[in-house]
Amino acid sequence: MKLRLENLRKSFGDTLVLDDISLDVAEGQMVCLIGASGSGKSTILRCINLLEPLDDGAIWLDGQDIAAPALDPQPIRQRIGIVFQSFNLFPHMTAAENVMLAPRRVHGKSRDALLPEVSALFERFGLGDRMDHYPDQLSGGQQQRVAIVRALAMNPEIMLFDEITSALDPELVGEVLEVLTTLKREGMTMILATHEMDFAQSVADHVCFLDRGRIIEQGHPDKIFDAPTQPRTQDFLSRVLRRR
Amino acid sequence: MSLRLSVASLGLIAGLAASPAIAAGDCAAGKTLEDGKLTIATGNPAYFPWVIDDAPEKGEGYEAAVAYAIAAEMGFAADDVVWVRAGFDESIQPGAKSFDFNLQQFSITPDREKVVDFSLPYYTSAMAVVTTQAVIDGGAAATLEGLKTLKWGADANTTAVPMLMDLVAPDSDPLLYNDNTDVTAAIQAGQIDAALFDLPTALYLAAVVVENGAILGQFPADRTDNPDQFGLLMEDGAAIKTCVDEAITALTASGKLAEIEATWLSETTGVPVIE
Amino acid sequence: MAGNQGGVTRRQEYEKRLRRRSLFVAASSTLAVLLAIVVLVPRAPGWERVQQSFFNAEVIAKTFPKLLNAFLLDVAIFAWSAPLIAVLGLAIALARDVRNPVLYPLRLFGIVYTDIFRGVPVVLVVYLIGFGIPGLGLPRPWNSPYIWGTLALVLTYAAYVAEIFRSGIESVHASQRNAALSLGLSGADAMRFVVLPQAIRRVIPAQMNMLIALQKDVALLSFIGPVEIFRQAGVFKSLLANFTPYVVAAAIFLVVTVPATRLADHLIAKQNRART
Ligand SMILES: Nc1ncnc2c1ncn2[C@@H]1O[C@H](COP(=O)(O)OP(=O)(O)OP(=O)(O)O)[C@@H](O)[C@H]1O
Ligand SMILES: [Mg+2]
Repeated sequence: MKLRLENLRKSFGDTLVLDDISLDVAEGQMVCLIGASGSGKSTILRCINLLEPLDDGAIWLDGQDIAAPALDPQPIRQRIGIVFQSFNLFPHMTAAENVMLAPRRVHGKSRDALLPEVSALFERFGLGDRMDHYPDQLSGGQQQRVAIVRALAMNPEIMLFDEITSALDPELVGEVLEVLTTLKREGMTMILATHEMDFAQSVADHVCFLDRGRIIEQGHPDKIFDAPTQPRTQDFLSRVLRRR
Repeated sequence: MSLRLSVASLGLIAGLAASPAIAAGDCAAGKTLEDGKLTIATGNPAYFPWVIDDAPEKGEGYEAAVAYAIAAEMGFAADDVVWVRAGFDESIQPGAKSFDFNLQQFSITPDREKVVDFSLPYYTSAMAVVTTQAVIDGGAAATLEGLKTLKWGADANTTAVPMLMDLVAPDSDPLLYNDNTDVTAAIQAGQIDAALFDLPTALYLAAVVVENGAILGQFPADRTDNPDQFGLLMEDGAAIKTCVDEAITALTASGKLAEIEATWLSETTGVPVIE
Repeated sequence: MAGNQGGVTRRQEYEKRLRRRSLFVAASSTLAVLLAIVVLVPRAPGWERVQQSFFNAEVIAKTFPKLLNAFLLDVAIFAWSAPLIAVLGLAIALARDVRNPVLYPLRLFGIVYTDIFRGVPVVLVVYLIGFGIPGLGLPRPWNSPYIWGTLALVLTYAAYVAEIFRSGIESVHASQRNAALSLGLSGADAMRFVVLPQAIRRVIPAQMNMLIALQKDVALLSFIGPVEIFRQAGVFKSLLANFTPYVVAAAIFLVVTVPATRLADHLIAKQNRART
C-alpha cells in the first residue's frame, strides 16, 4: 500500500470530527471522498498533509508512520502535494514565482535551473503565456491550475485535492477536472474531496462516503453510486444527484 | 567647598512687614495689577538659595527677601504682596501679564530689553564652574586652557550659554538641558565634566545636589563686558518700572541690599578665581 | 485608452467638468479663509505684539542658519534610529508570533515588552535610559546621550512598530501560511517569503505615520543634552526673548515632513493601483 490510514481520530474541542477513519490507497489509485458538508473530508486531507495533528491513529506512507508526534513534518509534506478549494496562491508573486518558491527554498535550486522544468509544466496545463501574471490577473480556472502546477513542481508522490472546483464558475470546472484526468493517466496517486459526483463515478478507482466523521460506506464507484447499501448514502446521493 | 547657610532672622522679616508703610501707592498707585496689592512672580519651582523651601511667601532666601524689601520700599505691607508662579516663556509672551514683576535670576540683556522691561539690577553675579571631585582628580585645572578641553553643559534657558561661549569657548559643543536638575543629572552620569552657573547657584549645587560636587573656580563679574546682572522682569513699558527702580536705588544706597545678600547668600570670596 | 483617436468619451468629459467645478469651489473657499485671516487678524489689538514675538523677520534672519544646522542633527538621529526600530520592531513582532510551546517565554517577553514600552511616555524613557544607564558608571564615550537617547527612542518606537507589524501578520490569512507549509517550506520560510511580504505591504501606511511621528520625537533627545533644532530654538528664545525661533524650527520640520507624507500617500496609492 502506498498510503494507509489507520483508525484516525480527531476532535476540535468537544466535537469529534474524525471517528475511526481507516482507508487504504494503492499506488496510482484515485480515491474520492464524498459526503455532506461538515462530514470531515477536508479534515482528513489536512491530517494526511500534517497540517492538523491527529488525536489518535496512524498514517503509513510507504511503511513509515508519518503521524508519529515527534516527527518533523517538513520532509513529509514535501512528498505530499495538496490543492485547496480557494487556490491559496501567494498574491504578491507571479504565477512562476509561486511555483518556483518551494523548489528554490527546499531543494536549493536556482531560478534558471528550474525554468525549463517549470515552463514545461505551465505549457502542459495550458498556462504557457501566464507565467508572469499575478494571481489577480488570472481567471479562477487558471489560478487553480497554477495551484496544481505549484504542488506538482515539488514532484510529490501523492496529491490531495480539496474540492478544487467548488469555487469555480461552471464553465471553468471542466478545464480543471481535465488536469486531474491527465494526472490519473500518468499514474499519480490521488485523494480527492469532491462534490463532482459524475466525475467521481467515471474516473475514481475507489469512493468513500463520509458521514459525521465516519466512513460508513466505501468501494468501487459503480457500487457506491448505483447500489449503495447504507440508508444515509442512499439519502445523500438521491439529494445531490436529483439536484443536478 | 562648604556652604554656610545663614539662618533666617525672622526679626528681619518682621521688621520689613512692620516698617511704617508709606501710604501704599504713592508712586505705584493705580499702576499695579490689582489696586493696593503687589503681585510678584517667581519660578516654579523656585530654587535655593534664592527662595528657601520653594516658599517665597515666607520671605526667606535672597530673592524672597529682596521682593519684600522692594515691596516695603514701594509702600506695600507684607500682607499686600501676592505671589504667583510664571516661567520665562509666560513672561515674554505677548498679551496681559499675571504679575507686576517677576524675579528668578533673569539676566538683563539688550536683546531681551527689546521685548520686556528690566528694573535696575538687584544682584550682579560671578559665574562659577560646577564639577565633581572625580573630574578634578582626573586632572582638570582651573586654567582657561584646561577648561576648554572639558565636556561642558549648561541650562539652555539661561545666559550661561552665551557666557560659556564668551568666557571659555570650549573645544566641543556643549550639551544643554532644561533646568538645573537635568544639568546635575548629566554631571552625575559623567556625560559632562563641568557646567557654568551663577555663583550662588553653583555653590548650592556643588555642596548639596551633586554627589562629590566641587567648584573648580569662578569668573568674577568684572571679567566680561556683559556681567550677569539680575533684574526684575516687567511687561514692556510697565508703568510701575520707575517706582521699582526708585525702590532698588534706595535699597542699594541704604545698604539694605548688601545686608540681605550677607544674610542669604554665602561667602563667595573663598572661591578661586580662574585666570 | 478609451475614446477614439484621442477623442474624449462622454464619461471623461463629464468627470472633467466635475473636477473643474470642485477645484473652483475648493480654491475659492480656501482663498476666502486666507483672506479673512490676512485681513482680520492684523486688526486685532494684540497683532503687533504677536507678530513681533512669533514672526519677527529680524529674528528669522538671525537664527535661521544655526537652526538649519541644528536640524541636521535631527536628521542624523532619525537616520540611524529608523532602521534599528524597523529591525527590532520586526523581531519583537516575530517573537510574539512564535507557535512553538518551548519558545513561550520569548512570546511572553514580546507581550510584556510591548505593553511596557507603549504604556510609558517617550520623554520618561528618554530620561530614564538617557541619564539612568550612564549614571551606573559607564566610561566615556559609552555614556553618550546620543547612544542611550537613541536606545530610548528605538525601544519605545519598536514597541509600536512591532504591534503594527503584528497586526499585519495577523491580517494575512492562515491559509497562506498553510499553503506554504504544505509545499514543504519551513515555518521560518513561510513567514519570510509568504506572510511577511504581504503583511509589510499592508502596514506601510501605518508605519509611514510612525516614521513621521519619530521625526518629531527625535527632538526629545534634547532633554538629555544634544542641541538639536528645538533645543537650539529654545536657546534663541531665551536669549532673544522671542518665540520666532520655534516658528522657524516648525517651518523647517514641515518642509521635510509634508513632502514625506505626500510621498507616502503617493506610494500607497500607486501600490493600490498596481494591485487592481
Ligand atoms: N479549525 C477548526 N476548528 C473547529 N472545528 C473545525 C475546524 N475545522 C473544521 N472543523 C469542523 O470539523 C467538521 C469537519 O469539517 P471539514 O472541513 O472537514 O468538513 P468537509 O467535509 O470538508 O465539509 P465541506 O464539504 O463543507 O468542505 C465540521 O463540523 C467543521 O465545523
Ligand atoms: Mg471541505
